[in-house]
Amino acid sequence: MKDKFKFDWLLLPLLGAAFVLIIWTATSATWAKGLPSPVKTWTGSKLYIEKPFEKRGEQDQGILRFTWYSLQMVIKGYLIALIVGTPIGFCLGLSKTFGKIFDPIIQILRPVSPLAWLPLGLILFQRPGPSALFTIALCAMWPTVLNTAVGVRAIPQDYLNVAKVLKLSRWKTLFKVMVPATLPYMFTGFRLSLGIAWLVIVAAEMLTGSPGVGGFLWQEYNSLIYEHIILCILTIGITGFILDKLMGLMEKRFKTA
Amino acid sequence: MSDYLEISNLTKTYETPRGPAIIVKDFNLKIKKGEFVCLIGHSGCGKSTVLSMVAGLNEITEGGIILAGKELVGPGPDRGIVFQSPCLLPWLSAFDNVMLGVNQVFYTASKEERHQIAEYYLSVVGLADSMHKRPAQLSQGMRQRVGIARAFALSPKMLLLDEPFGMLDSLTRFELQQVLIELWRKDKKTALMVTHDVDEALFLSDRIVMMTNGPAAEVGDVLKVNFPRPRHRKEVMEHPDYYRLRERLIGFLEEHAHKGKPSTEPSQKSLPPEKPAPKRISANQLLPH
Repeated sequence: MKDKFKFDWLLLPLLGAAFVLIIWTATSATWAKGLPSPVKTWTGSKLYIEKPFEKRGEQDQGILRFTWYSLQMVIKGYLIALIVGTPIGFCLGLSKTFGKIFDPIIQILRPVSPLAWLPLGLILFQRPGPSALFTIALCAMWPTVLNTAVGVRAIPQDYLNVAKVLKLSRWKTLFKVMVPATLPYMFTGFRLSLGIAWLVIVAAEMLTGSPGVGGFLWQEYNSLIYEHIILCILTIGITGFILDKLMGLMEKRFKTA
Repeated sequence: MSDYLEISNLTKTYETPRGPAIIVKDFNLKIKKGEFVCLIGHSGCGKSTVLSMVAGLNEITEGGIILAGKELVGPGPDRGIVFQSPCLLPWLSAFDNVMLGVNQVFYTASKEERHQIAEYYLSVVGLADSMHKRPAQLSQGMRQRVGIARAFALSPKMLLLDEPFGMLDSLTRFELQQVLIELWRKDKKTALMVTHDVDEALFLSDRIVMMTNGPAAEVGDVLKVNFPRPRHRKEVMEHPDYYRLRERLIGFLEEHAHKGKPSTEPSQKSLPPEKPAPKRISANQLLPH
């Protein structure tokens, strides 16, 4: 049985893609006439893929240009989430009292959908840009907070004993022992947070109408150009996939133990 | 010579739901400067608890410890500790692990001098070629060498060793005992070591303190070991006194193994259980949380 298919890694995923394409074609040909077929989607989207960075108008730009707008927004919101979330996670992990005070609030706020936060952001900041950032940061923060807290609680007593025996100062203990010991957990949190930030951006752009893949998707729905919706969905998926892979590589690099 | 380390009426009790569990009671021991003393006893008898109280990692319930004329309060780098597991920080190289302590103790020295200290001790323990490797790239024995280098590099007032070779195979253990005894002879450090290996205790120590079984463990007997130094394993084992001393140690341990079981039956459950084959037990084990 060994080495029967040398191109398993390529053939099998292609098989999966073919399966989806067949279902898609069948669906668009039979009960959902509104859904463009794969071929129609390709011809309709060709311009956006072949000239991915072209700017023809505010709402008519190459797909990668839109993706780039979205990414910029996501990175900003994501960085805010990390900068705010990591220290909160540390405090939660370090202090039982802090944990008792804030844990219930965190557990209640965590499952709230981005669609619910965005209107609040609009009330607070009056403008779509900052309120989108607010929503991304708030939604993407939780995995970082919780994973960091778990990581801090999981620091082996051995390491802390080394710090105690050497009488390291608080800061030295924090930066020479606790932060490095927590890094693997923090990176797991960072990775999950990035995934959520990318999920939220689409919703945020849809509601605020700012330019980006999500905004483009909503606008093309309103203009009844359904081919572009599928193009956007695929772009969002592929970008998310690439982001996750990149974070996975980073995570591996920081695995210390 | 006067006493350098003085442990008097040291007692450790833990509060348990069924009332206090007395682990160690009225433990008294005086160690002279430059002396090598081994604590020997059965697993769970409280010998590690005594050591971790001297280290300052475990709170003292009653009694006191005086080192070089000062009462000990809490942990500090004046006591170099070699744990059972090497307790190295995995993200730092062997060199940086040693430097972490060196920087802390010799903060007035120049950077170059501090590097020299770390390099010196790492080469003495035989890691000259691999001092820039991370712990994960080192064998268990090499990691423990780093642990020994780290303890000595602090230039501590005394050394505390908690079954430092317990997790090593016997060949590596012999090698490391040799490394330890040579370093100890050069630096003339006062040392207190916990072990349950009779031959190890005989080879290394000037005195062996035998502890009775817990609960309420105390000093049962003290054995003087007068083999000439510097010691070599072969000479020590061929010494006419070797087997007599060994018999006495084993006799004591066996007697207490039989005595211990029935009488401690009711209260033994309240003791923190000690795992038989330690994989990653170490300082954790000393702190019963």
